Amino acid sequence: MQPCQICGKNPASVHFTEIVNGKMSELHLCDTCAHDKGIQPSLGKGKFWISDLIAGMVDETVGAESERVGRVQCSGCGLLYSTFRETGRLGCPECYTSFGAQLRPVLRRIHGATRHIGKAPLRDQGRLQQRMEMASLHDELERAVEREDFEKAAELRDRIRTLETTAAPGKGHEG
Amino acid sequence: MTPALKELARRPSRWLDASGPHSEVVLSTRVRLARNVLGAPFTHRAREEQLHQVLHSVVSAARRTGSLRDSVLLRMGDLAGLDRQFLVERHLVSHDLVEGSSTRGLLLGPDETASIMINEEDHLRLQVIHSGFQLAESWRSANHLDDELDGLLDYAFSEELGYLTACPTNAGTGLRCSVLIHLPALVLTKQITKVLQGVTQVGLAVRGFYGEGSEVMGNFFQVSNQTTLGHREKETAENLERVTRQLIEYEEKAREVLLRDARLQIEDKIYRALGTLAYCRSIGSQETLNLSSAVRFGVALELPGLPPLPVLNEILVFSQPAHLQRMLGREIGPTERNVARAEYVRGRLNSNETRADRA
Repeated sequence: MQPCQICGKNPASVHFTEIVNGKMSELHLCDTCAHDKGIQPSLGKGKFWISDLIAGMVDETVGAESERVGRVQCSGCGLLYSTFRETGRLGCPECYTSFGAQLRPVLRRIHGATRHIGKAPLRDQGRLQQRMEMASLHDELERAVEREDFEKAAELRDRIRTLETTAAPGKGHEG
Repeated sequence: MTPALKELARRPSRWLDASGPHSEVVLSTRVRLARNVLGAPFTHRAREEQLHQVLHSVVSAARRTGSLRDSVLLRMGDLAGLDRQFLVERHLVSHDLVEGSSTRGLLLGPDETASIMINEEDHLRLQVIHSGFQLAESWRSANHLDDELDGLLDYAFSEELGYLTACPTNAGTGLRCSVLIHLPALVLTKQITKVLQGVTQVGLAVRGFYGEGSEVMGNFFQVSNQTTLGHREKETAENLERVTRQLIEYEEKAREVLLRDARLQIEDKIYRALGTLAYCRSIGSQETLNLSSAVRFGVALELPGLPPLPVLNEILVFSQPAHLQRMLGREIGPTERNVARAEYVRGRLNSNETRADRA
């Protein structure tokens, strides 16, 4: 069996092939040295870590900037961005806001998009609908004031107030 | 072993009954939705008591739904190693979940069609598995269960990024649709690499029989969507549906070519495989998988005298180590397992019922 190219003692179990500009290089390491060098076993042998892929996608920044970004912390769970970079996993829903600026390019690289267009929880559908209704009522109100139709404007203002009180934050249905 | 697991060990999963469309090519269709509840960090950062709370709220919410009213909860911490392995072999839980403690569990519906992994990477992984090629149906069931739970749980969601998940690869819809497809003719005619490369170019991923990180075995491939942000759920399901239809068509064309150019060799391979399975006295799991793959190919080619698909599906699942040991009721080593496997496979292929089907 081929010995590890670093320690020269243990048998090599991780085989790494790299092709750069048509030139192929190979590295044969034992588990311990591969682990020390931060190389995970390849797909097909052992487990494939999706987090490594993400960690690879995340590391765009270099030097001092990278260090600064790494120290950014989630206001919800205290996770450091550098920890996310290492593990590929976020700590809580708030991380998406705290790391918003850093995550956007990551999401674009993974999904080719940064905006959700699928289904939403019922409570959010309601909120979305209310927001749209509110926006159209505000438009109408502005137009009513412009044409000095104060009776209509008062009616619209009352409807907006009613909507504002029913659109109080929190979910509409407790479990 | 808990009574629920004993019951599971006795009967095959519903999705193995080969009742779904195109069952001769597509073994099963699975739809998964990743969700998290507000109020606790994601599983890997949450404290035990927070995970307990999540488990409790998910279970009590799910028991109020139509789909999972009569579900059973299997807590990983309460299960012996063999029982956990049994659930992995049954395709109901991931390797990650079984390593967990009693705050992690599987909530399993009556016929194994719908279930929820609780406190895996995300607080909830809703899953629906159907026999054969049933993407639209599977999505409808998963969506329905999700809607039912939505009224009872407060999901972590952002208008901009959709459902928020521990790993950004699942953010957005949290939806993973996948089909387990059998493509022996494309493998035999050496077109498989080209075809699968095409599949990955349209945003789909291809994996082996055990899902992420495993090798492709027995000509089975799991094809699933890769991205979850920026596409509507229905589009994701339709995209996979379209590609799967194409794969089925390519596979059928390759079969025609094989039957035209090498009928004798193909038939010989298939019946020899059946002969080995039906008369072996010791057999490994890899060989069982490969030989039953060949017999399955014969069924798809409508060759006479072969066992029915549900029997072949059962062999795939029940000949695995934990299933064999569960059937025997005791733990045995690899050599003994090979003998027990041969006995089980022979028994299944030579039973009166199977023979009657084959006649």
